[in-house]
Amino acid sequence: MYSTALNRPVLTDTFININKRTIRWGEFLIQSGLALCALISIITTAVIIIILCKEGFSFFQHIAPAEFFFGTRWVPLLEPSSFGVLPLVWGTLLVTFGAALIAIPIGLASAIYLSEYASHKVRSTVKPVLELLAGIPTVVYGYFALTFVTPLLKTIIPGIQVFNAFSGAIVVGIMVLPMIATLSDNALRAVPQTLRQGAYALGATSYETTTQVVLPAGLSGVMASFLLAISRAIGETMAVTLAAGATPNMSLTFLESIQTMTAYIVQISLGDAPAGGLAYQTLFVVAALLFIITLMLNVLSQWILNRYREAYD
Amino acid sequence: MSAQLDEKLMIPGQREQAANNKPAFAEESILNLDQVNIYYSGKAAIKEVSFPIAKQKITSLIGPSGCGKSTLLRSLNRMNDFIPEVTMDGLFTYNGQNLNAPSVDPVEVRRHIGMVFQKPNPFPKTIYKNIAWGPNINGYQKSLDELVEHSLKQAALWDEVKDRLHESALSLSGGQQQRLCIARALAMEPDILLMDEPCSALDPISTAHIEDLLFELKTRYTIVIVTHNMQQAARISDYTAFLESGELIEFGVTEQLFTMPQKQRTEEYVTGRFG
Amino acid sequence: MNQSSDNALNTSDRHLQRRHRKASLFSSFCALITFMGVALLALLLYQVCVDGIKWLDIQFLTSFPSRFPARAGILSALVGTLWLISLIALIAIPIGVATALYLEEFSKKNRLNRLIELNISNLAGVPSIVYGIIGLALFVRGLNLERSLISGALTMSLLILPVIIIASREAIKTVPMSIRHAAFALGATRWQTAWAHVLPASFPGILTGVILALSRAIGETAPLIMIGGLTYVAFLPDGPMDSFTAMPIQIYNWVARPQHEFHQLAASAIIVLLAVLLIMNAAAIVIRHKTER
Repeated sequence: MYSTALNRPVLTDTFININKRTIRWGEFLIQSGLALCALISIITTAVIIIILCKEGFSFFQHIAPAEFFFGTRWVPLLEPSSFGVLPLVWGTLLVTFGAALIAIPIGLASAIYLSEYASHKVRSTVKPVLELLAGIPTVVYGYFALTFVTPLLKTIIPGIQVFNAFSGAIVVGIMVLPMIATLSDNALRAVPQTLRQGAYALGATSYETTTQVVLPAGLSGVMASFLLAISRAIGETMAVTLAAGATPNMSLTFLESIQTMTAYIVQISLGDAPAGGLAYQTLFVVAALLFIITLMLNVLSQWILNRYREAYD
Repeated sequence: MSAQLDEKLMIPGQREQAANNKPAFAEESILNLDQVNIYYSGKAAIKEVSFPIAKQKITSLIGPSGCGKSTLLRSLNRMNDFIPEVTMDGLFTYNGQNLNAPSVDPVEVRRHIGMVFQKPNPFPKTIYKNIAWGPNINGYQKSLDELVEHSLKQAALWDEVKDRLHESALSLSGGQQQRLCIARALAMEPDILLMDEPCSALDPISTAHIEDLLFELKTRYTIVIVTHNMQQAARISDYTAFLESGELIEFGVTEQLFTMPQKQRTEEYVTGRFG
Repeated sequence: MNQSSDNALNTSDRHLQRRHRKASLFSSFCALITFMGVALLALLLYQVCVDGIKWLDIQFLTSFPSRFPARAGILSALVGTLWLISLIALIAIPIGVATALYLEEFSKKNRLNRLIELNISNLAGVPSIVYGIIGLALFVRGLNLERSLISGALTMSLLILPVIIIASREAIKTVPMSIRHAAFALGATRWQTAWAHVLPASFPGILTGVILALSRAIGETAPLIMIGGLTYVAFLPDGPMDSFTAMPIQIYNWVARPQHEFHQLAASAIIVLLAVLLIMNAAAIVIRHKTER
């Protein structure tokens, strides 16, 4: 239509050249520096995996994987030694199961109260308090277990040992409770108000609305918070080390002393195991197992969040 | 008006003929669009658009919302680079150089082709710093104080803000903020100023202010303005391009386009029959 | 409306009453549980305060640890924690904020960067003791940094980096796009835009995240025990290569002893630790409030 050839601009006083091939070195340097920082996270992961694998492989050169994964005796330091990891896994599961049993119902009920029933004023006080409590160091919960929970349990159940899984489960449960409550509250509050209004407009009570409309709608976030809390409980170290003791066994009750994977790691590292020894390598194998279990839980929780997140948007 | 009526009575073939008789574009053009296509995620948002932009004139882009006029405007200073979904082809010739050539530095382009956005977007800093920042990072050597004053005067804002240059720009009213954004763009002494519906978020009085300002500015700057307000386009611009669903329906001298449109769609739009 | 469908709805008063009772019971139950949970946690804090107030005085803050409870103090632990937190801040904040800036302002949405993002969210969930083991193998043994402050600080930095990155990205995301566009339209480069506009605008949010991450580092115990922060240190560190102890390690050490007096000492130290954390959290809340206006 309007041919550019006919209207080629006459170059007057100033010609503006936009064809500058110069590389902005400052910009380039800064950008590379920032990218390098971003790479550190990848390097961290790589280092974690490499170190855990390296020590793990040299461990498995001495001990058959079958003995490690299916053995039921964990006696790494005394002769005759035995490297069956199941007692440690069992101890971890026992504490985690107990903690989940406490934290999930209480945490969910709190989340429902905060998001569905609490007045703005109550919510805006309780929520920051919960967030603050989520930041209490775990060693403090260990103190709580030894000086408060265990003596209390002893008056109720006289036969209970000084170090026991029950006490550990209770404090770990209390510890992850704020996490479940705040994350689930966020998930429930993200459910659009229109869904609630729709339910109420059909004559539903608040109970029916909450349990049959809001909760199913926010379920992905709620489930993700459960998984994160369980993962946190599995990786929790100080409280269980202090409360649950250092006796690897496959006790069925909560009343005896047990040892979790994390507590074992602390026990060995306090004894300053010499590098290269079998005891030193067990640290890495147990840590690798811990890493894999928590990673799977975290990935699963992210998958649930991503998979179901946009269902109600 | 009789010409308009005549055209309506023409049979389609005649109408085409009339379109080809339009007067030649007699201005010196600073930017030429030639067969421009812009795609959004592979879907064409602008199709085969060609028209020139005249130096030191105001060119307005009009058309119903969603016709792609803002997308087209943003392609004139490479702002579409920030939307990864957008791809384009065709020739954008600026001063004889292809805007999209791989050798072109988009940062350099934006230094000379400034932009004012739909909503005022001052930086959350002082009025002074809002204006001084652009020249400052681009190595402006002379007195910044003078430049700030000069730019604010050009944007007809100086008298209102001269006593509070070091207050936050967010304390200004919407209309003042938009004039500040214009002043900020002018401080770069741009070759071309692109304006994306600069008055759409403003009240009528602020709008009048800015329109007066545009009249002043066109003696020194080339301005391309996107507007959905046809009266505004008719009042202020020298050339008008009318777009619909990504196609250039008609381009011409504003007066002609509004009084004697060549295409029926243009006429229907400018007379308010749709859009 | 026809008769039969009317009958299908059970609108009897008794039924409705039962539903209402259920609803109010449920809401009371949830409220009760919430306040019980909060009360339980309040009880914990109360317990700590009651136990710990006895030994808490100037002497406690200015003495080294001792076998005799009356002479024991947390000076070396307190100073160790301050050293540690300063080093962590120096290492982790620049790297964390730089990573967040890169991911939000510079990176293109390609595979590598998606991998980095995924990786960071997974790193945030790795148990702290695993970082401890890595620190032990990499910094203490691998790089021969010994059981020093710098080993501890590097390990802890790895631990809180994901927290800082995630919080900083959230803060950077809240900066409106229009600000960036305004800067770009003036011919600014990405870095000029990020430095002059994005960072200042997201600064309060980043600061809040950084404070929360640092307060997590202050309380972490397990990685430091792995690194081998000594539990009996009767001197103050002079530089990053010195050995050290820190507040949570001292607390762990005292809690793990059987004597009641040491438990009380632990409680006193917990009060000091929680006070530090509370101050930091309060600062974060104040910053958040100030910027919300």
